[in-house]
Amino acid sequence: MKNITFSQATLEAMEEEMNRDQSVFVMGEDIARQGGIFGQFKGLPDKFGFERIKDTPISETAIIGSAVGAALAGMRPVADMHFADFIGVCMDEIFNQMAKVHYMFGGQKTVPVVVRAPDGIVNQAAAQHSQCVEAWFGHIPGLKVVIPSNAADAKGLLKSAIRDDNPVIYFEHKGLFPIKGDVPEGEHLVEIGKARVDREGVDLTIVTWSMMTHHAAKAADKLASEGIKAEIIDLRSISPWDKEAVLKSVAKTGRLCVAHEAVKQGGFGAEVVATVAEEGMDYLDAPIVRVGAPFCPVPFARPLEQAYRVTADTIYNAVKKIL
Amino acid sequence: MEAPKITKFASAVSVREYGKDRLEYFYETMLKIRKFEKTVEEKFLGGEIPGFVHLYIGEEAVATGVMSNMSHKDYIESTHRGHGHTIAKGADLNIMMAEIFGKKTGYCKGKGGSMHIASFEIGMLGANGVVGGGYNLAAGAALAQKMQGKKDISAVFFGDGASNRGTFHEAANFASVWKLPLLFVCEMNEYASTTPYRTATSVADIAQRAYGYDMPGVIVEDGNDVLSVHEAAKKLIEYIRAGNGPAFLECKTYRVKGHFVGDPEKYRTREEVQRNIDTRDPLMLFEKKVTEAGIFAHNELTAIQARVDGQIADALKFAKESPEPDASELFKDLYV
Ligand SMILES: Cc1ncc(C[n+]2csc(CCOP(=O)(O)OP(=O)(O)O)c2C)c(N)n1
Ligand SMILES: [Mg+2]
Repeated sequence: MKNITFSQATLEAMEEEMNRDQSVFVMGEDIARQGGIFGQFKGLPDKFGFERIKDTPISETAIIGSAVGAALAGMRPVADMHFADFIGVCMDEIFNQMAKVHYMFGGQKTVPVVVRAPDGIVNQAAAQHSQCVEAWFGHIPGLKVVIPSNAADAKGLLKSAIRDDNPVIYFEHKGLFPIKGDVPEGEHLVEIGKARVDREGVDLTIVTWSMMTHHAAKAADKLASEGIKAEIIDLRSISPWDKEAVLKSVAKTGRLCVAHEAVKQGGFGAEVVATVAEEGMDYLDAPIVRVGAPFCPVPFARPLEQAYRVTADTIYNAVKKIL
Repeated sequence: MEAPKITKFASAVSVREYGKDRLEYFYETMLKIRKFEKTVEEKFLGGEIPGFVHLYIGEEAVATGVMSNMSHKDYIESTHRGHGHTIAKGADLNIMMAEIFGKKTGYCKGKGGSMHIASFEIGMLGANGVVGGGYNLAAGAALAQKMQGKKDISAVFFGDGASNRGTFHEAANFASVWKLPLLFVCEMNEYASTTPYRTATSVADIAQRAYGYDMPGVIVEDGNDVLSVHEAAKKLIEYIRAGNGPAFLECKTYRVKGHFVGDPEKYRTREEVQRNIDTRDPLMLFEKKVTEAGIFAHNELTAIQARVDGQIADALKFAKESPEPDASELFKDLYV
């Protein structure tokens, strides 16, 4: 094991996969000369040159559209979105082109593109630089969506995403980049679609992902001090998502809380909850609770942002109602 | 270096500059498109073809003239009006017709239909139901060709209406700044659905927009003359293959059929359409040229027509007799 940041873990993944496969290349805004606005691409041009680490114009439509075209012509592009918030600019390229080409053309060609999308709240970045939009993509057949919470999964999932022949959206929470974690030495892959049990427990299941896994852990610590053992399931993938792992845990604990940073209304948590209601009703000993941000844009001013954010306390308070 | 120029391709090209085989190829390709489309129209109106169908009738010279400069290793991105591009790129008529009929034997196993035909083995990367959806995909294909050190090129076809999508501008800048081997082919057919060209587009010649992206633009005033299109495209494609970056070709043509089969066409007069059919039909123009020059006798042309009729009849038979996909194939090819 080695202890490295989430950001370094993604760098290792890029480096290893680019060494392994010459058809892998990266493009995005300010990634080559600058190293990425969060430093997540630092040093790659020294190793692979500006031909494979490409600074693009501010043209999200061209970035994703050309990633799809390049994939159809035999390459394996990784495209950086700068901020997940800008993904709306190239939505057509993602949901009408990238997601559909393989199916619509009868399986003639695969589209091995990875879209890296730094999401989430950091530093009061406000309405257009803080969003979590994973639920949009969980609603699009043909895409895979991954959303790691720690360095080891960041590396393993990025490597798996690059090797996957399907298009993958890779959400990386900006607040996670500096957080260190243990990453296995050598080849480390994480299977897309498999959840991770972050901690075991018997009294209640908390299903979460990305940054919220850390808040859930704090809430679980507080519950533990009261003698309540919460099980935390880190989904890691939104599409496909590990229904079996969730149902198995709920069967054991009888109680379910789903927590995410994105707005609660229409969030991916709704899908998890609906599935448990459909397929695991008999396991439940209490009503389900769902925790997500209020239905409004991310505000700027500190007290407003604090009122908006989902925290360990939000989870703790919600969970207390069903215990 | 001086900025590349936007020029009009004016010189009349003489049929005598081509061998008879080459001329026959132009004629047969245009005829295949025409007869294929006539059959599709008839079968659509007869209720045998479902969905939406946009015909390429009257614009055959554009696809034929451009594609005659390309091989299967070159890529194209096509449009909702894509049958002509696909045929000119060398598609198998049987498999194409089967796709349009929604059959399992079609190019996309019945999952695509008229607006979503692709054939990767011939370098046809796909029609597109989203107007202006192809530019950036083509830029990416061109980027791959360049990164792979190939001498092949990509071309993207688009209409006058599509020229107003922002996607054009991103792709044009992207291709120009990276000197990608990409040909923009604008099919100026006077209408975007019901909208007359000049009521929605800022410039008289769309090729003017190439200037802002530092690429050469050529306007073919008679985009229904296959030889003019061929020659203009040839020069630009040579320029692109030599590694100079993208170029822009605008072909002025006319959409003689409705926007889609069944269009009531309230936005233009019957006289306007008839005038274009009578004076500008690409097949008629070509037949006139080659017979007046004494290169083909009428009966030779009739023989080619009969041959193409046979191919279309075969395609129709193949499509009709092919099975529909089984409902169990719903999830097939969603993920790899
Ligand atoms: C993004 C988008 N907007 C609108 C449409 C509906 N639509 C389909 S074809 C068309 C007109 C396209 O005109 P043009 O680009 O000139 O091509 P033409 O049909 O003349 O070949 C429109 C508006 C669409 N398919 N996609
Ligand atoms: Mg038009």
